[in-house]
Amino acid sequence: MRGPDVSWYIVLSAFLFTTGALGVLLRRSPLTVLLSLEIMLNSANLALIGFSRHLGETDGQIFALAVMAVAASEVVVGLGLIVALHRSNAPLDVDKLISLRG
Amino acid sequence: MGDLLVWVIWVVAAMGSLGSAVAVISFSNPFYSALALIGNLASLAVMYLLLSAEFLAAAQVLVYAGAVMVMFLFVIAYIGSQADEPFSDGPGWQSIAAVVAAGALLVDVVVAIGLKAGGRLSDGADVDGFFGGPYEIGRVFLTDHLLAFEITSIVLLTAAVGGVILGSEARRTPEARR
Repeated sequence: MRGPDVSWYIVLSAFLFTTGALGVLLRRSPLTVLLSLEIMLNSANLALIGFSRHLGETDGQIFALAVMAVAASEVVVGLGLIVALHRSNAPLDVDKLISLRG
Repeated sequence: MGDLLVWVIWVVAAMGSLGSAVAVISFSNPFYSALALIGNLASLAVMYLLLSAEFLAAAQVLVYAGAVMVMFLFVIAYIGSQADEPFSDGPGWQSIAAVVAAGALLVDVVVAIGLKAGGRLSDGADVDGFFGGPYEIGRVFLTDHLLAFEITSIVLLTAAVGGVILGSEARRTPEARR
């Protein structure tokens, strides 16, 4: 039961990362930008875990767990910012949010 | 036979993750985008199982598809799903530059894998049944990577405090807003 080798996982991870980057660059809603960021972080996790399996070392999985923790923190702070923006009636559009304290 | 089964599962999970990722960035309603991201995370959990990372697959489903996405859906429901039409104002120069930059990233990685790593990535290491299980993860986390473990806890604590401060009612008082 060998299945695909690690290069397949890396190519899939590159495609997912590209999709996430496109979402971050093209979309205007900060919520969708955060969701696309999650795709990018998860594609990096896939590459880390693929190489971890390829080398037979657990270290890559530890790093992926750390990435998950950082991603959870990032979501908390990002969603907090979006809720604070919504309360102050700021437009939820990354092209219009161009100044702080403005 | 087992090999073929692994390939079939891999292709299905890969198509699922790519399709749901494209769905995330093309739905105009962020609520549907968040639901599509749950499918993406579940497909990646299947990938982790194929890579014999059982603990991480469980953590992916519990932490990501469970906790994080519930938080996302709560916030989207709270602020109301304001539809933002994707790609509405035609292909401006920013969109073209974004597509070119993302394509460059993709070509970069694929060419680097294809040229530099050629044949060396074909045979993976043999692993035993403990690989990727909770025992092995916990052992490595609490011996070799203890510092990373502690720093992770500090990062999570800081994020929790920051979330409370960002969302607290005190920021709505006039003097805090001034």
